[in-house]
Amino acid sequence: MTAVQGDAAVFAALEASLTRGRRAKNLLATAWMAGSLVVALVPLGWVVFYLIQNGASSFSLEFLTESIPVSSRGYGPGMGPAVIGTLLITLMATVLAVPLGVLGAIYLNEYGAKSRLASVIRLMSDVMTGVPSIVMGLFIYTVWVLNFGLSGFAGSLALACLMLPIVIRSTEEMLRLVPDELRQASMALGNSKWRTIVTVVLPAALPGLVSGVMLAVARAAGETAPIVFCVGVVSDTNWNLFDGSNTTLAAQIFANAQLPYPGAQERAWGAAFTLVLLVFLLTVAARVITNRYSKKRGGA
Amino acid sequence: MPAPPAPPTIVSGDRGRALMRRPAVERKENGFRFLTMGSGVAVLAVLALIAWSTTARSWDAFTSQGLGFIISSEWAPNRGKFGALAFIYGTVVVSAIALAIAVPVSLGIALFVTEAAPRRVRKGVGYVIDLLAAIPSVVYGLWGLLVLAPTLEPIYEAVSSAVGETPVLSTFFGGQANGKSFMTAGIILAVMITPIVTSLSREVLLTVPGAQREAALALGATRWETIRASVLPWAKGGITGSVMLGLGRAMGETIAVALVIGSSNQITTRLFSSGDAMPAVIVNEFPEAADTHRAALIGLGVVLFALTILVNVVARGIVKRSERRLAG
Amino acid sequence: MNDAVVGGSPTTTPRQGSPDRSVLAPTPTPREVPMPVDTGAAPIPNPAPADRSSNVFDINDLDVYYGPFRAVRDVRLEIKEREITAFIGPSGCGKTTVLRCLNRMNDLIASCRVNGDIRYHGIDLLGDDIDPVEVRRRIGMVFQKPNPFPKSIYDNVAFGPKIGGVKDKATLDGIVESALTKAALWDEVKDRLKTSAMGMSGGQQQRLCIARTIAVQPDVVLMDEPCSALDPIATARIEDLMQELKSDYTIVIVTHNMQQAARVSDRTAFFTAEVNPDSDSRTGILVEYDATDKMFSNPSDQRTENYVTGRFG
Repeated sequence: MTAVQGDAAVFAALEASLTRGRRAKNLLATAWMAGSLVVALVPLGWVVFYLIQNGASSFSLEFLTESIPVSSRGYGPGMGPAVIGTLLITLMATVLAVPLGVLGAIYLNEYGAKSRLASVIRLMSDVMTGVPSIVMGLFIYTVWVLNFGLSGFAGSLALACLMLPIVIRSTEEMLRLVPDELRQASMALGNSKWRTIVTVVLPAALPGLVSGVMLAVARAAGETAPIVFCVGVVSDTNWNLFDGSNTTLAAQIFANAQLPYPGAQERAWGAAFTLVLLVFLLTVAARVITNRYSKKRGGA
Repeated sequence: MPAPPAPPTIVSGDRGRALMRRPAVERKENGFRFLTMGSGVAVLAVLALIAWSTTARSWDAFTSQGLGFIISSEWAPNRGKFGALAFIYGTVVVSAIALAIAVPVSLGIALFVTEAAPRRVRKGVGYVIDLLAAIPSVVYGLWGLLVLAPTLEPIYEAVSSAVGETPVLSTFFGGQANGKSFMTAGIILAVMITPIVTSLSREVLLTVPGAQREAALALGATRWETIRASVLPWAKGGITGSVMLGLGRAMGETIAVALVIGSSNQITTRLFSSGDAMPAVIVNEFPEAADTHRAALIGLGVVLFALTILVNVVARGIVKRSERRLAG
Repeated sequence: MNDAVVGGSPTTTPRQGSPDRSVLAPTPTPREVPMPVDTGAAPIPNPAPADRSSNVFDINDLDVYYGPFRAVRDVRLEIKEREITAFIGPSGCGKTTVLRCLNRMNDLIASCRVNGDIRYHGIDLLGDDIDPVEVRRRIGMVFQKPNPFPKSIYDNVAFGPKIGGVKDKATLDGIVESALTKAALWDEVKDRLKTSAMGMSGGQQQRLCIARTIAVQPDVVLMDEPCSALDPIATARIEDLMQELKSDYTIVIVTHNMQQAARVSDRTAFFTAEVNPDSDSRTGILVEYDATDKMFSNPSDQRTENYVTGRFG
């Protein structure tokens, strides 16, 4: 560093003042960084607090199974039809999105690699993750509902459109992590490329793949706008996805939150609690699978 | 060299036959490849279909309103007037508020995790961010409407009366104070986009080569000086991209905004006033809307779609370019 | 330069008894029933007796390119049946490249072009109508770094036969036991066949990979530096294994360790690289190929002598 001539004491004093300014800035910056974390924690804690305070009390077996009161003024459970609707519609969306997404990811990683088409598909998948769910809902409304009416299946279609890009990108990531030596070993044994993918690559990528799918499902389960446009609303359970309207927890929360009746709001909180519980379980399960997966791969 | 020439036969005998290609086998291989390629192309097809079908459906609305669709703020479905300016304005304002709050916070967390936090804390922070992201938007909306808005309203009133008529501040913070307003919607949006901006920024920061940091630290720089000098310049592009992706998310967020923005068709700079945003209008008016009204709402959706695609493509481009810079 | 190539004319007459030498039609006629998927468990038609002078591979004028860069040029050699042939030489001379030509593994590299003539039992291995997948069922490979599948030990060994169409559990059990026994691994793992292969040591994993390869009863086993990732004890076990396997399989091994070549092989091929002064790229060439004893005690080429006596490389 630049030498400062003169008295050692003067030098020390100068150094101290320089350092003080710099140290202050450093402290401020650290405070900013740590403070940001606290700021982020506040809403999280706040939301969870109210969820538990207002929602947990409604949460019961009756709540999960009884029909929605036809008159919103009424108090009491339940959200049965919404629970069933959520499960059915989300499950169907998964069945639609996962095979398509996995196959597409296989193309991107195993066949397309750096080709032009693969790059375009990758870019468009990324772009598609940014398409708002409301647009997906309008899209399915336009092409399906106008022709076939409201149904749970229409909602599944919209949710599948939302899930598809997520599944493709996360699956591609998992496939990329499978070491190439495994493919070589399989081909050296006289296995064809497509069978190598099916018997070696996919099984090796499976835990990560499942985890990625679970996160996509968790996202889809909480979506509201597509349900509003494509699924309608009911107060009794509709087991038929293809015939007639249905409802989900998310849609019920949206509707009930805007009603001035305390009974309806109570049901909204209960449904919110249920929904967050479901999403939370899926997210945690995904994490657990990922952790077990990385432990298994710790082989030589 | 006494080697005799090779005979003309290519394959011979049973062994040769066994090694030959078989069309049935090749068909399976090509079939599978085609299947996977088709699935990949399906993504492109769906995107194209979204663009085409929604535009076609709302074409009448565009043609009947002309440019007024986006420059007029008169939205009166009964009289066939669909001017969406107020909603576009609302979307912009709410997104701006969200970014103003979320970017410093997200960047702070991302820097904290990559530069300052001890190892055990990093994992914990990761879980917190995941949890924030996992909560569905409708739940944020419910909480926003029933908890946050009522809590904030007295605070807004206090600020508004404190600000009074002072020149600059009152344009933003003066006037009537509603719990359900641009400000509340912006705050909730900020909470919702923090996870994505944080995790993307974190990924960008992780790609900055460690050698840069070490060089600065070896010269006696403080942690903050190190960050400013050797980390942020590298990460600028990627972080800009992350912020833009957060913006895209904010613009498209529907339900939480619909519940707390107040659903009032007005253009005002006063952030404590009620307003409306594009996606909120669509979801609130759609169920009861008649045909032409619905077409106009779908048209709003098309505008939203175009905007979010644009933001996303630009954002990804910026991120990719900065990645290349870092790698090159 | 190729004076020391052992043996006279590469034999090219087909070894099978079939007198039919006409070129087969490009598309199989209806009467041509696709061969039952061959696990190798059934014997190859008209197997020749362990004839030490018959050639499994005849390689002539072999050039290999990666894009514009020529990795290997003008290779000419034969691989004799039921022998261990070693490729030695310093790094970067194309030994592995040549090895990978023998089971068409270079097909997997997009930029790789193979020119020349490789005859496998008289059959043109590089012909357009040859299916590389079928080739690899008969010519197996063990890699430098052990690469067992993240499946159980049993499933690793049974993998090859299963894709060959063997479904019967009893047969599979028999194949697995036989292969693991031949690979000198059976006693160590017989009680934990269903546990994950990833839990084994490096040496065990490599023996597992060998067992996996021989479970399909190949004709040839190619080994690409199989011991370089292993400790000396594991290496010694695998070298012993190779001697035992020699009686059933033809083995070609690439090795950096010339003492290993001297220990295990019957014939040795020495490769080196010529450096192109303009582009600084290296092209591999075959310098000398002879019986191992002669290569190490009295080689014909000065470069071979320099290498085996340790004067360079």
